[in-house]
Amino acid sequence: MSYIPKPKVSHPGLGKNKLGLTVRDYEGGLSTLCAGCGHDSITAGIIQACFELSIEPHKVGKMSGIGCSSKTPGYFLSSAHGFNSVHGRMPSVTTGANAANKDITYLAVSGDGDTASIGIGQFAHVIRRKLNMLYIVENNGCYGLTKGQFSATADVGSKNKKGVPNEMDPIDPAAFALQMGAGFVARSFSGDKKQLIPLIKAGLNYKGFAMIDVISPCVTFNNHEGSTKSYEYVREHETEVNVLDFVPKREEISVDYPKGQSTSVTLHDGSQMILKKLDQNYDPEDRLEALKQIQMHQKRNEVITGLLFLDPKERDMHDMIATPSKPLRDYSLSELCPGNEALQALNKSWR
Amino acid sequence: MNKIESVNEFVIRFANINGTGSASANGMLAKSFFKLGLPIGPKNIFPSNIQGLPTWYEVRVSESGYTGRRGNSDITIAMNPQTFKQDVAALREGGYLVYDSTRLLRESDKRQDVNYIGIPISEMARDNFSHAKSRDMLKNIIYVGSVAALLDIDLDIFHQLIKDQFATKPKLHESNFLALKLGYEHAKEHYLCPCGIKVAKRDLVGSNIILNGNEALGLGAVYAGATVAGWYPLTPSTSVIEAFNKYCHKFREEENGDQQYAIIQAEDEISAAGMVLGAAWNGSRSFSATSGPGISLMSEFIGYAYYTEIPMVLFNIQRCGPSTGMPTRTQQSDLLLCTYASHGDSKHILLFPSSVKECFEFSVLAFDLADRYQTPVIVMSDLELGMNDYVSEPLEWDDSYQHDRGKVLDQNALETTNEKFYRYLDVDNDGVTYRTYPGVHPSGAYFTRGSGHDKFGRYTEDGALYQENMERISKKFQTAVEKSLPKPKLNIRDANNKVGIVTIGTTYEPLREATEILSKRGMIVNEMLLLSFPFGPEVWEFCQKHDKVIVIDQNRDAQLKTLLVNDLQLDPNLLESICSYDGNPVMASFLVDSLAAKIEGAKI
Repeated sequence: MSYIPKPKVSHPGLGKNKLGLTVRDYEGGLSTLCAGCGHDSITAGIIQACFELSIEPHKVGKMSGIGCSSKTPGYFLSSAHGFNSVHGRMPSVTTGANAANKDITYLAVSGDGDTASIGIGQFAHVIRRKLNMLYIVENNGCYGLTKGQFSATADVGSKNKKGVPNEMDPIDPAAFALQMGAGFVARSFSGDKKQLIPLIKAGLNYKGFAMIDVISPCVTFNNHEGSTKSYEYVREHETEVNVLDFVPKREEISVDYPKGQSTSVTLHDGSQMILKKLDQNYDPEDRLEALKQIQMHQKRNEVITGLLFLDPKERDMHDMIATPSKPLRDYSLSELCPGNEALQALNKSWR
Repeated sequence: MNKIESVNEFVIRFANINGTGSASANGMLAKSFFKLGLPIGPKNIFPSNIQGLPTWYEVRVSESGYTGRRGNSDITIAMNPQTFKQDVAALREGGYLVYDSTRLLRESDKRQDVNYIGIPISEMARDNFSHAKSRDMLKNIIYVGSVAALLDIDLDIFHQLIKDQFATKPKLHESNFLALKLGYEHAKEHYLCPCGIKVAKRDLVGSNIILNGNEALGLGAVYAGATVAGWYPLTPSTSVIEAFNKYCHKFREEENGDQQYAIIQAEDEISAAGMVLGAAWNGSRSFSATSGPGISLMSEFIGYAYYTEIPMVLFNIQRCGPSTGMPTRTQQSDLLLCTYASHGDSKHILLFPSSVKECFEFSVLAFDLADRYQTPVIVMSDLELGMNDYVSEPLEWDDSYQHDRGKVLDQNALETTNEKFYRYLDVDNDGVTYRTYPGVHPSGAYFTRGSGHDKFGRYTEDGALYQENMERISKKFQTAVEKSLPKPKLNIRDANNKVGIVTIGTTYEPLREATEILSKRGMIVNEMLLLSFPFGPEVWEFCQKHDKVIVIDQNRDAQLKTLLVNDLQLDPNLLESICSYDGNPVMASFLVDSLAAKIEGAKI
């Protein structure tokens, strides 16, 4: 953790976004995580992504569960409401929050324990509901706050700090999300901001359920030799399938990839995702293929990263339950109350 | 032979097999008594099963106005061979047994002191109705016809009820009318009609209505302006959500089909509770309906709501526990669970409706209280109240009523204030702090956390700051008791009475009857019906003023008594308890006997 707080004054040279805000306006409280923690890099990526998207900070709902990862919403967007809920139950809280107000952006941060163990049920069902949110898994394969036990995402054979290997099969959050029907599934690495930031931007703009599984090494309990979630291991075994560039609506497309090597997808709000293929055979719109690739690379001890799957037909929970465009919480109670005349008519029907 | 002779005072019981369509036929008979101006108390006693198990429906008709469960039966329609012996045994001496005489009665099923009325129901159905599926349904209508003859009810009432019930299926009218006539005429031809028990038209129900508690709760949530319901199917609470859905559909749909509500069926009750909190945090009124097992699962979130101070409305339709228990039988055994649900120090506001009308009113009140005190409010109904029809005064709504959202700083307030907003700062010194909704204004932002926090909403592990905040939360409950919670209903027959009786909810109706019977016997007592928890000073006073206080519980362990002792620091020796917890509605006769034993012991 950094002990010296940065003064909250903006350097005059700092760039401003469309709202006239600087990147400092997207920061939060001081991180209390260990120095070098992967999660702090993700926090920085979130700050940068929100800044670049010119999101009004207070129009974001920061959602989390319990664990190191779930503390991080305290470290970004201090003018947004945060909901640090109970262990593994962030998805249900986000469901209720989103049902009440569909007009704010839900940015959720969870960990591998919070998602793949205690919260696997809620993780599965929030995907089925196609909740419009970005769900970031800060995945380090272990429980940090309770001193390094394996989590359900630890690979078979990966060793803990004492050298004991994990015996149980891992749950892969990306493969799991694909099977549950997620519309946007990506994987990244906390050490690769260049890859991560465009994915966060695209995930925030995607209408429907978007998940990014970010391998985020735990420097204290899971960064040693023999761990498959260490900085060194992931750097050596990462295979990037594509490079994403996210272009918000009405901005000029500046990237120029040779024909045939890139695809472009326009999202519901008019923004564009331009995808440069690193693996020519990888089609991110093919769910089955994505699942196959994830497992194939896993077999070869490779960590596949990039935009793994995208369903361009965006649909969310509100489409299924047919709510009006006006957020439910904006209806006044007197407007929602049928009144006495209606009640008298009901009385009559009960006689 | 002895024959029960009675006009408008009797219990009729229907013994059926569940899944055979008997409910609507039996309900029709109940409705006919009501249409004739008589107070009724129907009770549905049903199994946790879809088809094939015994189910009973009984209706108490009482022109003197006692509609609690009386016990035994004066006339029984025994349609279930499985329970025949048991149903014969439960008849009062001189009672009437209506049975399907297509098959011969066994000697062992005969009793010398009851009147057997055989109607060849299956035979008539077979001879007159060719369609096998509807034949079973029409059998029920045949016995309705016979009962109408035996009780001297005009068939016209049933013709109208059939037309109402099958308003969209006029094809069914003819066959139902015929079934009715077959049963009616057979009884008239072969038996003395009326049989001894008679229904005579009165004008005792005025503008009253027939409604069940769950329907009233669900409707109350619509009137309260709730827009989000997170829920998981669980008997006997499911029909609260169904009612909410029905009335939202009726009142909250826009012309283009858009729905001004979100009813989300969760994967479990934990998730349902999370949805309630997420929506309430975000400014919607939200709720869940569940029963004991659901409260167990929701407990972690209930404690979270208590500590982070998020309004949370729950309807607990209590059933018979522990564990799965007897899920379709009634009990009030979640009192302690709900009062202190969750780990750590926590305590919740409870409301105890005792009637359908109170279900409606407390449903609305629960939302106001939850918003005003930013805490969970649990409405403690039970299966008996929730799933049975009651004769009730009509529901009322005052159009000038203002819903209370409590202390919320809106955009304008945040824009214009000079003071910095802190989520847990007790500005008004009543324990209740100000909150803001997400997305309204940057200066309204705060971080909701279940971890230790100080009055500024900041994370803390400082014991003094933690404690200061916990003390302040306690204060809210004092304010609630002083200013907002419904006070108990007292029935002081004589201020010098030495014995006082305390109860809640559905026990009240049979208690009212029992204490009136006891009064006639010279055992005059005072009563107190509790409507809310935490208890106010009136409750303490009532207990202190009597030498003996008898607390009536619908659970084994006298939970209400425990709560009184605990919350009011009462001497446990002051309180005695009577517990009725076999899963059936409390009977007045049980209360008369058990109260008499205790009152006589008190030597008054």
